[in-house]
Amino acid sequence: MALVEIKNVRKNYGTLEVLKGVSLDVEKGEIVTIIGRSGSGKSTLLRCINALETINSGEILLEGQSVSAKMDGLRQMRQKVGIVFQAFNLFPHMTIEKNVTLAPILTGKTDKQGARKLALSVLERVGLADKLKAYPEQLSGGQQQRVAIARCLAMSPHLMLFDEVTSALDPELVGEVLKVMEEMAAQGMTMVLVTHEMNFARNVATKLVFMHQGRVWEQGDPKTLFANPQTPELKSFIGHHAG
Amino acid sequence: MPNFNFRPLWRYSDQFIDGVLTTLLLTVSATMIGLIIGIIGAIVLRGGPKPARIAVRTYIEIIRNTPALLQIFIIFFVPPTIGLKFSPIQASIVALSIYFGAYASEILRSGLNSIPASQIEAGLCLGLTRWQVLSRIVLPPAIRNIYPSITSQFVLLLLGTSIASQVSADELFHAAGFIDSRTYRSFEVYALTCGIYFTLVVLFKIAFALVGRAAFRWPTRR
Repeated sequence: MALVEIKNVRKNYGTLEVLKGVSLDVEKGEIVTIIGRSGSGKSTLLRCINALETINSGEILLEGQSVSAKMDGLRQMRQKVGIVFQAFNLFPHMTIEKNVTLAPILTGKTDKQGARKLALSVLERVGLADKLKAYPEQLSGGQQQRVAIARCLAMSPHLMLFDEVTSALDPELVGEVLKVMEEMAAQGMTMVLVTHEMNFARNVATKLVFMHQGRVWEQGDPKTLFANPQTPELKSFIGHHAG
Repeated sequence: MPNFNFRPLWRYSDQFIDGVLTTLLLTVSATMIGLIIGIIGAIVLRGGPKPARIAVRTYIEIIRNTPALLQIFIIFFVPPTIGLKFSPIQASIVALSIYFGAYASEILRSGLNSIPASQIEAGLCLGLTRWQVLSRIVLPPAIRNIYPSITSQFVLLLLGTSIASQVSADELFHAAGFIDSRTYRSFEVYALTCGIYFTLVVLFKIAFALVGRAAFRWPTRR
């Protein structure tokens, strides 16, 4: 059984159908990157996985359990799925330590004593253990995004979703975030990313998914697809993003 | 130079003090009740069912677009016709609460609206409950955003309690009228009254500034 099974999912906003029957499996330990033009439905698909968007038909199973905004145990499901956003979405009024430990404390994953240790350990993984007492506004974009990743890690997620997490960053800050994500990948985290970082898609991901007009247009081994795109759409997409 | 004489007022210091206490009672009571009305109003405006939203919107527009003096008269003079009698103080508290609640609803709504939906999303994605998201993630920065306007509204309310004198609630302005009628020292009485209102407002503003500085420590953009 795959960790995530997406079965013939359709989603529309009014008359605009953004997902036209998408099926996709994510196995435990896989690093799946979803690429495609803007408007191809890749972010929407990602947000359906933790029920941030409701789907109109089809089914999404997470660890065998059907996911929807109305499901029983929605919160328990979300505690197992970390998501990192393009705009970081840290809580501006909390220190980095509080940002990271808020959810573990409120959901009973740790007590107040354990929280400090937890904060230190996850912040160490993203190289920011010295920023415990800082506020988000005092950090660079790259640092804020690493804290956002640490905030998810503190919940010990079974799956991590990344929604264009480097797109809002200055170019010189992208590397530090990607490095953290590569380390997570190396440690066996299951990850699904929507990204424009073609090097990450090619070299780190275990599976590449190319979406086009609300469909999975091509999927497979990244190096094979990059070297040998089967459709003219992927070929032209790779051509535009070469480098 | 006219010869001012504040000395005759001295015997009425008790009336002044009682007036100040009643003014504070009216202000604080109306603020508390008004804030509760405001919280409910803001929540309804943001996500309530349509009939409730229309009702709250109507309430706000009526209160904000009619004279407060008229509102206090209506609360004081109309309920007795159906056998419900309020004392002047009670009627004033009810009227001022309804008055403050209308402004507080709008201010609180704007505070909640000032928090981006992405903050709520981030909280829900961490597996928090809606209440946890509201109380821990939305409210602190929202309160900071509206702190200047809600405290100004409080000051306006404090000064506005003077209209309660018109239904003979014995607050500060009412006391002033009484003392004036006894001493015929109109200028002195109202100058002193003015000074007392001014001092009260300044003291509250200092207190609000101190509380604000202690409560809102996190850095913001700009």
